[in-house]
Amino acid sequence: MFRKILIANRGEIACRVIRTARRMGIATVAVYSDADARSPFVALADEAVHIGPAAASESYLVPEKIIAACKQTGAEAVHPGYGFLSERASFVEALEAEGIAFIGPPASAIAAMGDKIESKRLARAAGVNVVPGSEGEISDTESALDICNQIGYPVMIKASAGGGGKGMRLAYSDTDVREGFDATRREGLASFGDDRVFIEKFIEDPRHIEIQLLGDKHGTVLYLNERECSIQRRHQKVIEEAPSPFVTPAMRHRMGEQCVALAQAVGYHSAGTVELIVSGADLTGESFYFLEMNTRLQVEHPVTEAITGIDLVEQMIRVAAGEKLAFTQEDIGIDGWAIESRVYAEDPYRGFLPSTGRLVRYEVPEAQFHQAPFPPSPSGEGMGVGPVPSDKPHPLALSPEGEGEGYVRVDDGVAEGGEVSMFYDPMIAKLITWAPTRSEAAGLQVEALDRFRIEGLGHNVDFLSAIMQHPRFLAGELTTGFIAEEWPEGFAGAAASEELLRTVAAVAAGIECSHRARAAQTSGKIDGVAGSWSDWSVRMAGRDYAVTLGDGHAMVDGHRVEGTCDWRPGDSTATASGNGLNLGLIVRRDGVSWRITTHGATHRALVLPAHIAPLARHMIEKVPPDLSRFLICPMPGLLVSLHVGQGDAVVPGQPLATVEAMKMENILRAEKAGTVKELRASEGDSLVVDQVILELE
Amino acid sequence: MSVSANIAELERRRAAAKLGGGEKRIAAQHAKGKLTARERLEVLLDEGSFEELDMYVEHNCVDFGMPELTYPGDGVVTGSGTINGRLVYVYSQDFTVFGGSLSERHAQKICKIMDMAMKVGAPVIGLNDSGGARIQEGVASLAGYAEVFQRNVLASGVVPQISLIMGPCAGGAVYSPAMTDFIFMVKDSSYMFVTGPDVVKTVTNEVVTQEDLGGAVTHTTKTGVADCAFENDIEALLAARDFVSYLPCDNRSGVPELPSSDPWDRIEDSLDTLVPANANQPYDMHELVRKVLDEGEFFEIQPLHGANIICGFGRVEGRTVGVVANQPMVLAGVLDINASRKAARFVRFCDAFEIPILTFVDVPGFLPGTAQEHGGIIKHGAKLLFAYAEATVPKITVITRKAYGGAYDVMASKHLRGDLNYAWPTAEIAVMGARGAVEIIFRSDRGDPEKIAEKTREYEDRFANPFVAASKGFIDEVIYPHSTRRRIALGLRKLRNKKLENPWKKHDNLPL
Repeated sequence: MFRKILIANRGEIACRVIRTARRMGIATVAVYSDADARSPFVALADEAVHIGPAAASESYLVPEKIIAACKQTGAEAVHPGYGFLSERASFVEALEAEGIAFIGPPASAIAAMGDKIESKRLARAAGVNVVPGSEGEISDTESALDICNQIGYPVMIKASAGGGGKGMRLAYSDTDVREGFDATRREGLASFGDDRVFIEKFIEDPRHIEIQLLGDKHGTVLYLNERECSIQRRHQKVIEEAPSPFVTPAMRHRMGEQCVALAQAVGYHSAGTVELIVSGADLTGESFYFLEMNTRLQVEHPVTEAITGIDLVEQMIRVAAGEKLAFTQEDIGIDGWAIESRVYAEDPYRGFLPSTGRLVRYEVPEAQFHQAPFPPSPSGEGMGVGPVPSDKPHPLALSPEGEGEGYVRVDDGVAEGGEVSMFYDPMIAKLITWAPTRSEAAGLQVEALDRFRIEGLGHNVDFLSAIMQHPRFLAGELTTGFIAEEWPEGFAGAAASEELLRTVAAVAAGIECSHRARAAQTSGKIDGVAGSWSDWSVRMAGRDYAVTLGDGHAMVDGHRVEGTCDWRPGDSTATASGNGLNLGLIVRRDGVSWRITTHGATHRALVLPAHIAPLARHMIEKVPPDLSRFLICPMPGLLVSLHVGQGDAVVPGQPLATVEAMKMENILRAEKAGTVKELRASEGDSLVVDQVILELE
Repeated sequence: MSVSANIAELERRRAAAKLGGGEKRIAAQHAKGKLTARERLEVLLDEGSFEELDMYVEHNCVDFGMPELTYPGDGVVTGSGTINGRLVYVYSQDFTVFGGSLSERHAQKICKIMDMAMKVGAPVIGLNDSGGARIQEGVASLAGYAEVFQRNVLASGVVPQISLIMGPCAGGAVYSPAMTDFIFMVKDSSYMFVTGPDVVKTVTNEVVTQEDLGGAVTHTTKTGVADCAFENDIEALLAARDFVSYLPCDNRSGVPELPSSDPWDRIEDSLDTLVPANANQPYDMHELVRKVLDEGEFFEIQPLHGANIICGFGRVEGRTVGVVANQPMVLAGVLDINASRKAARFVRFCDAFEIPILTFVDVPGFLPGTAQEHGGIIKHGAKLLFAYAEATVPKITVITRKAYGGAYDVMASKHLRGDLNYAWPTAEIAVMGARGAVEIIFRSDRGDPEKIAEKTREYEDRFANPFVAASKGFIDEVIYPHSTRRRIALGLRKLRNKKLENPWKKHDNLPL
């Protein structure tokens, strides 16, 4: 076994690898760029080597620097994590030339699978389903019809040079093909100057399902079940789970066998993943097709670990050191259900715009579960890591029907006061929950997401919570179009039930009551504070809730809410229960109102003593003046650059201009979507406060 | 009259008084989104605590048919009540009676509660909603204003005075709020100006709306006349309740104390990374302010005016402190005219009322330019210097990054009797930035960028740290950023019995 390994990566995956290595008694070396000097993974590793400036192309992506760091520290092997150099065959060869082990597959397999066409050819040869389609040129409509009938409808007729939705036609029948084939050719010729056309099976209700493989250097390759990653936004995975609610044991077996065959065909060892596209419309489960193979550890590997009890990083290290896998296909089972959601630094309330900046506050659910716990391994000594989940005191109350079994794992690589920089991936953390059933695992996600407190930058925690509560998600009716279909107009907070709103109203009244009661304990009083402490009026989203606080319950508009809240003055987080709902709360005072964030939405509540409430009704709801049409210079300074030109379309949060004041560069961003109507200033101008830089329409 | 008839008469008169200018005018007030004078007091004060005085006072005007037109109370509701159990004196002008216009008797009522407040040492809160002078009374009305002004001045520095502008406030009427300590305004329904849009048009031909000329937004962004702006009456009044909870009752009572469960020695590790590695990158000073104060609660005044300096109240161990902090996010935190005036007045308020002052420093200097020089930055900057120098309350200063030039001296430096002057390891205490300094010292090498760069590094090594200043005793200790709250809490405990007096004088001669 290695004595020391180097992790050629950063952030959460570096932390993840270091933890397993440490548990195995292996010393660790981190490498870091300028931007990461203060990152937790650097402190977590036994040694750290600085490898250059922030840009990955000058640090994490430079093989020579990694190899030099290995030599400097005496690291015997390199774990590449994911991304960066993890799938670069030349890097593996360079390491081998230096006698340093690569904790990953052989260079030849990386090279074979890295080529789109070659990998598809190899897959077909190994007996893996590939999306059926035409090969070579199609001469006329009749031969097109033959091909279509061979493939089976529906089919997609595509112009070879097409793209961006142009030159594509869906056909469900011979008639469609007769009408569409020549039209597509003409479009291709007109738009792209190329009238070649090909035909491919159209995958209805597509789902993204992938098979986790693990092989050793002694010819054994096993499949560790599937993961479903259909919840994506612009091809970026958001939610992953294992197993898939769509996959039957028979289908799993067939998928697994095919993928193992492919891996064996390329002499694969270490961890790898075969991504498949699956038609959700075909309930037989026969319609799964090869997309590509990722020759590395996947971001979403923890869900597989959770249901199999196998530490994939540990296995990768053992395999790289030449050990045989200590278990067989029969040992691989499925224990319960695991879901992972990715917490990204992107703002769903502003069109999912990436957000960077300082983590002014960063708290995650239950610190004792912060480290990766693993269920027991199916067999073999030295495989099992960590305690059985059910042995752990359960940190979060499951919903009443739950048996209290389940756990939360947070994989992250940031800390409060850290920076999410523009240089790297915007992922802040991965939240993995495990429970005996899918619905419990999803419920645990909602409860755990309530306990993320992230301030200082935009993040998608509310959006993740909304998905976890969505009826269609809970029904398992997933497709890769889920997010686009369910939030076509964008996101404005998770839908809240009447029950939840009443509970939040009761909580807000309780918070105001405690706040006022504490204020009444001030020094210098001449009198106690009289008046009613039980009757309140809570205004949320233009609606008034009449709340009467009682002991262990509250009446809200005549409905009884049973429950309590543990907030004390000054707290920014709290928990509350109400009629069976378990809420984690983020509480902020906003002027004279409260902002209470729970279950994927923020509620702004103005709480008034009941006798004041009638007076509040005289207040006029104001429509804020629309200044968002103008980009206004907030300070005197020099307009260094304009990032847009007249007629450009902009999205909220997009940088529009950079103004330098006192040698500091300030980026001014769009508040709303629009088109640049007019530029009122030009680069190099000196601007005064409130000067209009440009106008949108 | 029988006893019961006497009581009936009392009830009748009370009911009449409470009706103010009548139902119709009350409805008109409501239609504008405004509350009546008494309703406002209900929101401001603890429930049932308001004790009204002078409910039956009527005007004494005999001209223009006024004797036939009297309303009990004469357009202002006055008295006392409590906010969180603490005594305050209040007046609330009643727009439904003669448009809230100020008569001799109206002024007398205000003067009476101000005199009471001065005698017992309690804050005065004025809710202003008045069309101006009662023209029918002529000079008697003007005399009334002056009586109020005189009391504003005498009360200044004795009891806190807060003005809420909740309707018109024009002409001479503006000068009473102007002399109080803090002004809150309600957006869209309040305005303050010396001469209104009509006169402006006649005299200067300028066309301007009331809102633009003297609305809440104008006064909290452009002029700095007002301290805070609120969406409506309810929010302004509730905010005033919060605000009063920070203020002492008078200049001798000391700051109020509130129980808090926030540990005095709370460590904030994230502050160790607050100052960015790149010296030219800004950061939000609010984060430090909130992480140091109890429960992250900070009542900021003038947040949108002179935002390059942050001023406001918070608590440490439950006791009020005043915070002044340079804001690197705005204009790199420079001192300019607006920032200097804003902070100077704030420092003087704190000093007058025995509120300890915390100063967080990251200041690159004074803002250069003709606008500043011709605007009199010399005198305005001197105000802040003067205010800090004369202040005798506990003064704790933390330099986080830059403390350059004269601005270093100004910002509660050791030399201005700072009690505890701390610096973070990232502090740079110098005459100016390294590059600027080198370009002056090595003027002849200006054409040689390599040499300049080398000398700049040399200068940085020498001065871009807190230790040169610490070696001279100008910095008491270089502290870990994460322990800032603990240091400050401990310092405040030790300074609680600080005694320092300035030499006797009639009064100072602040550079106005």
